[in-house]
Amino acid sequence: MKSFTYERATSPAEAAAKAARTPGARFIAGGTNLLDLMKLEIETPPHLIDVNGLGLDKIEATDDGGLRIGALVRNTDLAADDRVRRDYGVLSRALLAGASGQLRNKATTAGNLLQRTRCPYFYDTGQACNKRTPGSGCSAIGGFSRQHAVVGASTACIATHPSDMAVAMRVLDAQVETVKPDGKTRRIKIADFHKLPGSTPHIETALQAGEFITAVTLPKPIGGIHVYHKIRDRASYAFALVSVAAVIQPDGTGRVALGGVAHKPWRVEKAETDLPKGAKAVMAKLMADATPTPENEFKITLVERTLSAALMDARA
Amino acid sequence: MKFDTPATTNPIDQLKVVGKPTDRIDGPLKTTGMAPYAYEQHEAAPNAAYGYVVGATIAKGTIAALDLSKAESAPGVITIVTADTVGKLDKGNFNTAKLLGGPDIQHYHQAIALVVAETFEQARSAAGMIKVRYTKARGEHDLEAIRTTATRHKDSKDSLVGDFVGAFSAAPVQLDVTYRTPDHAHAMMEPHASIASWEGDKLTLWTSNQMIDWGRGDVAKTLGVPKDNVRLISPYIGGGFGGKLFVRADAILAALGARQAKRPVKVALPRSFMFNNTPHRPATIQRIRIGASKDGKISAIGHENWSGDLAGGGPEDATQQTKFLYAGANRLITTRLAVLDLPEGNAMRAPGEAPGLMALEIAIDEMAEKLGLDPIEFRVINDTQVDPENPARPFSQRQLIKCLQSGADRFGWDKRGEPGKTRDGRWLTGMGVAAAFRNNLTMKSAARVKLDNKGVVTVETDMTDIGTGTYTIIAQTAAEMMGVVLDKVVVKLGDSSFPVSAGSGGQWGANSSTAGVYAACVKLREMVAKSQKFDPAKTSFADGKVTSGRKSIDLGKAAGVSGMVAEDFIEFGDLGKTHQQSTFGAHFVEVGVNVVTAEIRIRRMLAVCAAGRILNPKSARSQVIGAMTMGAGAALMEDLVIDKRHGFFVNHDLAGYEVPVHADIPHQEVIFLDETDPMSSPMKAKGVGELGICGVGAAIANAVYNATAVRVRHYPITLDKLLKDMPQIA
Ligand SMILES: Cc1cc2nc3c(=O)[nH]c(=O)nc-3n(C[C@H](O)[C@H](O)[C@H](O)COP(=O)(O)OP(=O)(O)OC[C@H]3O[C@@H](n4cnc5c(N)ncnc54)[C@H](O)[C@@H]3O)c2cc1C
Ligand code: SF4
Repeated sequence: MKSFTYERATSPAEAAAKAARTPGARFIAGGTNLLDLMKLEIETPPHLIDVNGLGLDKIEATDDGGLRIGALVRNTDLAADDRVRRDYGVLSRALLAGASGQLRNKATTAGNLLQRTRCPYFYDTGQACNKRTPGSGCSAIGGFSRQHAVVGASTACIATHPSDMAVAMRVLDAQVETVKPDGKTRRIKIADFHKLPGSTPHIETALQAGEFITAVTLPKPIGGIHVYHKIRDRASYAFALVSVAAVIQPDGTGRVALGGVAHKPWRVEKAETDLPKGAKAVMAKLMADATPTPENEFKITLVERTLSAALMDARA
Repeated sequence: MKFDTPATTNPIDQLKVVGKPTDRIDGPLKTTGMAPYAYEQHEAAPNAAYGYVVGATIAKGTIAALDLSKAESAPGVITIVTADTVGKLDKGNFNTAKLLGGPDIQHYHQAIALVVAETFEQARSAAGMIKVRYTKARGEHDLEAIRTTATRHKDSKDSLVGDFVGAFSAAPVQLDVTYRTPDHAHAMMEPHASIASWEGDKLTLWTSNQMIDWGRGDVAKTLGVPKDNVRLISPYIGGGFGGKLFVRADAILAALGARQAKRPVKVALPRSFMFNNTPHRPATIQRIRIGASKDGKISAIGHENWSGDLAGGGPEDATQQTKFLYAGANRLITTRLAVLDLPEGNAMRAPGEAPGLMALEIAIDEMAEKLGLDPIEFRVINDTQVDPENPARPFSQRQLIKCLQSGADRFGWDKRGEPGKTRDGRWLTGMGVAAAFRNNLTMKSAARVKLDNKGVVTVETDMTDIGTGTYTIIAQTAAEMMGVVLDKVVVKLGDSSFPVSAGSGGQWGANSSTAGVYAACVKLREMVAKSQKFDPAKTSFADGKVTSGRKSIDLGKAAGVSGMVAEDFIEFGDLGKTHQQSTFGAHFVEVGVNVVTAEIRIRRMLAVCAAGRILNPKSARSQVIGAMTMGAGAALMEDLVIDKRHGFFVNHDLAGYEVPVHADIPHQEVIFLDETDPMSSPMKAKGVGELGICGVGAAIANAVYNATAVRVRHYPITLDKLLKDMPQIA
């Protein structure tokens, strides 16, 4: 770990302005991802801005019938919120499928969205990784790739985004509210928030330098049956091999997003029109242009079977 | 005391303290955080500086350039240890690769430097500033690819009995299959850690080590100092599983760092180093052939095993149990070793038998199915009460059939269905069974017993408690022998200034170390009796008193003001040669396999063990459930994945190397059959800590087969290996 300086921000706009002043500065929320990465020198911020005291820990109703989730709301509290459990079951289930009780007590909404990949080569500073050191190469390609992306990958990076929560947010069409160093605020659709790796896998989101997340908003509830299936080798405390978030309406229409298959929560809206026809039909568009490796092609079968069962359950 | 005739009745047989389920006497210290582990010996070694290890990032080659300049001038840095600063360094007898590499590199994360600084953070930060340029050399990293180059290791003996090839080809029913087990990490909770302190040319090392005397010898040899100048202290150990049988880089680098810094230095290996820096259980390829008559009698059994290790290392002999477990007149059992450029392999819980039974006990299941026999019946038909290679040698005890049959009753084995036919909602369920087998090893073990004038008995031995419960069984043994309650016994372990014990390994620790304490107590009893002019043969020790005829005196009084001290050891004669001594068990497992996703979840596990006298049923049960859990890991998830291009284990953290969590292990039951083994020691005990893992993996594999009708022969059994054969979902 490199030495760093530390301060507490007093307002979101000030936090953003401060971050812009020190290149490489990071906000620290729960610290459950950032501190691990700093210990391993995968991230080496010279300066940390603690954003825990900004009062962004509330979940409020919005004027259009949705919810505004403060950036610092803990994963535990979000999963347990009555409104979330009632109207956005997929989100509560996704959160509870992630990490462990202790981690969820610390982990925050914004931090969870911004957690970084679990690619083992990214974690080993002795190995080449374009995400960690742009231009150095990608060790996972041709290496151990069982957990890596099967769609949307590039020749520069085949990492996945590890979040469960973000997959549910994607299926719910959440929006990310931010404030920039110049004090201007904006809303970013979750669909545009996470990036595919392309030739710049180190650029993971639409956030600009210093831009600070203040909240995530959910549109008004859409009803339907909410499912979150997370498939993993052990029963708990493991990242998803794949996960399927779906909201299925009584008429068989609905939405689906996937975790564990791409550099971002994976959703293809035009595939969803085929949901009433069953999983196989959806897969053609959902997984179009998939480029699995021999070690991870099973993920495609796994997605299809899981989705298929989810659709059956929803109909039953 | 030499143990060379079968044990007769002795004071242990009273079973007033021994054999009773007993809470561990060190439990309160551990649960309150008061038991100082190696890295926490702040009081013993105040003012310790912090060392942080730098590991190589190539598998094989040399260091072309090592730039320490930035690190040396970083804040707080006191000194940096490298191969260049330490002079000539030898290698321990138990190490394959050097513990400090450079300029030659033998494996990934081989230590190449230790940065010593005032704080841990400073040492770690400076370690990151060291720049290394390597010249890579080509290496072999793929056992499969070089398996044909494997040779017989000098210590491996082929077991060739009768005419295997002829008998196998003539057998009406044949099985010829190959199984694979991957490399495994010990993944104990406490990483390797040490504090070193020099006083003149005398070194004290607080370390986390299972085998004090081996360690002491290897530290001395590596550093080139007399063994007498080295003291090892290891009272508490946060798990080892074989990973701490040997001295590792933390200890040697702490010693070198302390010498260079001229003050105590503490070093803990970072978690990621557990995988590539310290030894692991090597992967195996195992071909098993079984030929049998139609009624299920085995006529030919063949087990060929391949593993790899660094040059100079040894094999993972997965055939050990096959030599003893089943009858069969014609036998071919061989083990071959290839040279691999991977981190060194070595012992991990039940070396040999653990991976060996993962294969053999699937093969038995497969063969039973071919024969149309229940797998328990097939095992019963082929049971043997003598060493199959040498029928003149009987087993000292062998209750395998009883383990299997009583376990079957308890588990409801009769409810097992046809493969792939039992459904519980979205889950296919199945049951599996496997035999458990682990040889009983014995080791010379010494102890010193002191009796003071208050009747307190203090035991000193360099034996270790690696979380197994050794403190408690030693206290029970001394209490039984001296006729006192447990509270009157103090146990001091893990210090090389105490008499040399068996140490903790190979599940020999419990039996051998308590037998050593027994021997010392026999001597002490004689001293006490003689001091009162009692005939030792007619003297009893009970309720804190020594009694002979009508004369009785408090033990403390008998000890006199200055107390008494006795020291002795147990050593073992030929009973292990005349009698095959082994421990047996049966594992039963029920699993559910998700019909949609092929996720495998264990539903319940049962182990029935016959392993001699169980000294403390409570800690023995803990050992077995822990071992069953580890077996579940081996069956379903543990897999050190090799990057075959770069020659290292990729998933070198506990996020990537998954071990079972609570949710994976819903229900476990352990039954110990009544058994005393007079051939094993005066304690009539054997060991259970390794027996518990033996066979678990195969029982799970067989249960998965029973659930799905899909046979996976390549561990771990993960869902991707089942998925394409799972039923269609309508
Ligand atoms: C052992 C382990 C297991 C895990 N398992 C799972 C799992 O199964 N599923 C899963 O989804 N997750 C899992 N996680 C990840 C966990 O969910 C994340 O670590 C957590 O959500 C991160 O939140 P945090 O608040 O601690 O983020 P931090 O570590 O504080 O921050 C993460 C990143 O977000 C940035 N950041 C934080 N807040 C803001 C803000 N308001 N605006 C802009 N940037 C910000 C930080 O600068 C940093 O770059 C696991 C983590 C661990 C350690
Ligand atoms: S997949 Fe991405 S994160 Fe992993 S090594 Fe390649 S570039 Fe790095």
